[in-house]
Amino acid sequence: MALDEIKIGGLGASRKRVEDNRFIRGKGNYVDDVVLPGMLHMEILRSPLAHARIKSIDVSGAWAIPGVRLVLTGEMMAARNLAWMPTLSYDTQAVLATDKVRFQGQEVACVIADDPYIAKDGCEAIVVDYEPLPPIVNPVQAMAPDAPLIRDDKVNQVDNKIFDWEVGDKDGTDRAFADADVVSEIEMHYPRSHPSPIEACGSIADFDRSTSKLTVYMTTQAPHIIRAAVSLVAEIPEHMIRIISPDLGGGFGNKVPVYPGYVASILASILTERPVKWIEDKSGNLISTGFGRDVYLKGQLAMRNDGKILGVRMHTDSDHGAFFSDAQPSKFKIGLMHSAFACYDIPNAHLTATGVYTNKAPGGVAYRCSFRVTEAMYFQERMIQAAADDLGMDQAEFRRVNLVRDDDFPHRTPFGFLTDSGQYEKCLDIGLEAVGYADFKQEQEEARKRGRLLGIGISTMTEPLGAGNSREYDILGIKMFDSAELRVHMTGKAILRTGAKTQGQGHETTWAQIVAHELGIPADDIVVEEGDTDTAPFGMGTYASRSTPVAGAAVAMVSRKIRAKARKIAAHLLEVSEEDVEWELGRFYVRGAQDRGVSIQECAMAAYSNVPDGLEPGLENNAYYDPPNLTWPFACYIAKVEVDPETGVWDVLKMVAVDDCGVRINPMIVEGQIMGGLTEAYAMANMQFITFDEDGNCIGSNYMDYLLPTAWETPGFELHEVVTPCPHHPIGAKGIGECATVGGPAAFVNAVMDALKHTGVRNIDMPLLPDRVYGALMTGNDISGMPPVKTEA
Amino acid sequence: MFPSRFDYKSPTSLEEAISLLAANEDAKVLAGGQSLIPMMKLRFAAPAVLVDINNIPGLDGHGAQSDGSYRIGALVRHADLEKSSTLGDHQPTIAAAAPLVADPIVRTRGTFVGSVCHADPQGDWASCMVALGGSIVAQGPNGRRTIAVDEFVSGPFQTVLAADEIAVEAVIPPASGTRKGGYLKLERRVGDFATAGVALSLEMSGSTVAKAGIGLTGVGSSTISATEASAVLVGSSLDDATIAAAAEAAAAATSPRSDHRGSADYKRHIVATFVRRLLAQHQPVEAKVA
Repeated sequence: MALDEIKIGGLGASRKRVEDNRFIRGKGNYVDDVVLPGMLHMEILRSPLAHARIKSIDVSGAWAIPGVRLVLTGEMMAARNLAWMPTLSYDTQAVLATDKVRFQGQEVACVIADDPYIAKDGCEAIVVDYEPLPPIVNPVQAMAPDAPLIRDDKVNQVDNKIFDWEVGDKDGTDRAFADADVVSEIEMHYPRSHPSPIEACGSIADFDRSTSKLTVYMTTQAPHIIRAAVSLVAEIPEHMIRIISPDLGGGFGNKVPVYPGYVASILASILTERPVKWIEDKSGNLISTGFGRDVYLKGQLAMRNDGKILGVRMHTDSDHGAFFSDAQPSKFKIGLMHSAFACYDIPNAHLTATGVYTNKAPGGVAYRCSFRVTEAMYFQERMIQAAADDLGMDQAEFRRVNLVRDDDFPHRTPFGFLTDSGQYEKCLDIGLEAVGYADFKQEQEEARKRGRLLGIGISTMTEPLGAGNSREYDILGIKMFDSAELRVHMTGKAILRTGAKTQGQGHETTWAQIVAHELGIPADDIVVEEGDTDTAPFGMGTYASRSTPVAGAAVAMVSRKIRAKARKIAAHLLEVSEEDVEWELGRFYVRGAQDRGVSIQECAMAAYSNVPDGLEPGLENNAYYDPPNLTWPFACYIAKVEVDPETGVWDVLKMVAVDDCGVRINPMIVEGQIMGGLTEAYAMANMQFITFDEDGNCIGSNYMDYLLPTAWETPGFELHEVVTPCPHHPIGAKGIGECATVGGPAAFVNAVMDALKHTGVRNIDMPLLPDRVYGALMTGNDISGMPPVKTEA
Repeated sequence: MFPSRFDYKSPTSLEEAISLLAANEDAKVLAGGQSLIPMMKLRFAAPAVLVDINNIPGLDGHGAQSDGSYRIGALVRHADLEKSSTLGDHQPTIAAAAPLVADPIVRTRGTFVGSVCHADPQGDWASCMVALGGSIVAQGPNGRRTIAVDEFVSGPFQTVLAADEIAVEAVIPPASGTRKGGYLKLERRVGDFATAGVALSLEMSGSTVAKAGIGLTGVGSSTISATEASAVLVGSSLDDATIAAAAEAAAAATSPRSDHRGSADYKRHIVATFVRRLLAQHQPVEAKVA
């Protein structure tokens, strides 16, 4: 008898997360929990200024403090060719500043001491003489003709522009606009935000001179990429580097890049010949590490009077900070911005993008999105709503007219991606029904008569998740595929390792479920390990919702390799030819005689004790998976809000999420991902931003200014499910980790805009703080750009 | 987040604590520590000595006194007030503010008196105390003195407390009528500092206001007592015109600055709105009909 798949924790089982057992007991093992004998502690001195020339650095005060073991400056790094390091976007980034500081919070010096208190005292004792330079805090300032040159370290850099990039069909799009009945235009800004995982970044570098081996415990989402990067930067042979990424307290993209602290701790360990621990504080994390967004859009839609969209034009100006260190596929300068409008049937599209340097922290990362898809989908859904209003057409109906139909797949998107599956209109209908859209217009009208402002906002989007394929997706030339290695022990238990790196997604739980589905080995009998480059097979790491689409597929494929070998063993045990062996979950049996069978566990034992002639013993294998395409989950998010006309405060009355991420491996974990994503979406729409004053001071450098929503204000969410299996993924799964963060913000903003529609206001840029909403209500004007920040006395 | 080096003292009597303050330059009293400890970890504050008063008995009580006053000891936590079953009967303004102070975690540790002593212009309790006409009792080497809160707070993060004095309790005077009041606060998120906050205290004689106090949070360089707005209310029966005039006067008493919480104009508007909303809650039925 085949096993009950749910009982063994296979596909579709809402199995409790096995990793939670140690997390809720306080038994997690994070970088800061690791203590090595003789370990020293490093603290970083950061620049208080956004833009300044360094005239001198006097470190004698730090050296004079008992317990200080080493002081590192840019000059010392430069002597070892380590003052600058390559970024993930073919730029360079200062490790410790030598010539200038280029953003507030930039790393200037490091003090290594017996304990972190002494190291901090040492930082305070360093005297840096700065000559202030005019700071640049936005793209307009950056591109002004007389703007000071931020990157005067680069030989051919004459202005603050990083790139001009374009994609799409300009001529076709121009023709579409010429033929249009109505053209809708809107400008907006997606403010700078920060992934801010609970755990900040950190590392422990341990260089052993006797073996020449460097071991680094590090908060990284991509240990193998880090190993390669460290090898290139520090010129240490790759086999002499071991990167261990232990438990991670969240990542959200923040822990993909290489940070100066990692590099400095490595050099410090080499110089002191002792382990050196660096644990970043929360302000350091907010002020200096990979942020998200900070993109300005000019968008246009060309339409016929009946609502059919003929063409789309987008131009983005993106602010990358002082160094272009975005973590993204190398071919695409503004990430996957051109995934915009992928769920709509639009024949013509053209996107131009300009990237600039500013005196702000570098490292634009994919904060819980697949390479700037968050901006793409936000711009798309805000443009769609504005266009519906400009046409005078119902926002749901406008989407219905333009959504790709179920029988249109595979479908070429406006900017050239190929989507392969989905039931878009069905998701929309479920969402509309759940939110009570049919009766809403009347409810809104009646409420308005009583002075109450209600609004509904819709966001429908599809997200390109699971980079590669390797033809198009690489980072610094390293192709974006993934791997899994499965070892089945003789008693039928197993260990699975992948090149991905869980940081809260629950790989230890879900990977075992995929193996259980493929082999019938109960999930509880499979241990999952990731994060140690000495033991895990090569992989590109976990971000951009790529783990289930890529590494998860590799898990299925390696399981199938194991099953293929087990089938040979089963034929041997059953004394029939392999062609006569049938499989059902957990066992092989003889065709036509279902009671004559052997379990997968019996095959495992035989692999080590009774191997047929001509077959290698053992039951282990690995698989590298290069996906044929991205996966394309779809979602429809609908928010219903009420705006207080006296204060501008808005409350979420209902938030409905309809997600189609294909086959769900662990529905509970999927729902957790959606709720987490919606919470972050709500945060960005409602309260969250990092801005800079005219002096380049970072406003949002601590958790009193940069707000994370708590359970008190986070609204409730109502989740619905549609399943359209991915046609090319081995188990039909699509990515889900980021959909709600990507699609959620526009639903909230569209809802508030809907509530304000009668005033003529078309746009308020996020976050929709009460004073901005109230200001728009009072004046009828759009509110653009960042919230007002002045450094008044 | 590693503070500078400091000494830690844990006296078991007020006298011992006061002598420690007198003997050590640059000493700070530690009660709840919810502002002081973060400031030390950020190295914005670096006291040489911390005098922890948590082991001194007798400072953790609050309650109505026989003379009608209400006393809150130096170790009464925000959560003690929030969870009190009797506070609301005596002190509606305090009871309304208690659940709005900081977040639940801070409230379990932070103290009422410590918050007033911190004198943050965005602190909620100083506004309540100003509205209620409350005082702080300070004890030093020469005994005790009672200081009205609007004199006690001398500026942003500044009080008139001497270096060798400890604020041992807060006192709210008896009401001259039926006590009413409330607190409203606009914050971006639980635990955020107030964008604006309004504390209202009313002492009613029948349907007439006998005494009124309005304290404003986060809309000036220090806690603001909106005395003109309060004066407008006295003698009235909270008719709509009086409420509108008080709201306008309260807004006029503010000097907010534009920041990432909101523009100055918006904050003034919120103060007026909240004064109006608070007063409307206490509008006598006859005034509402009129």
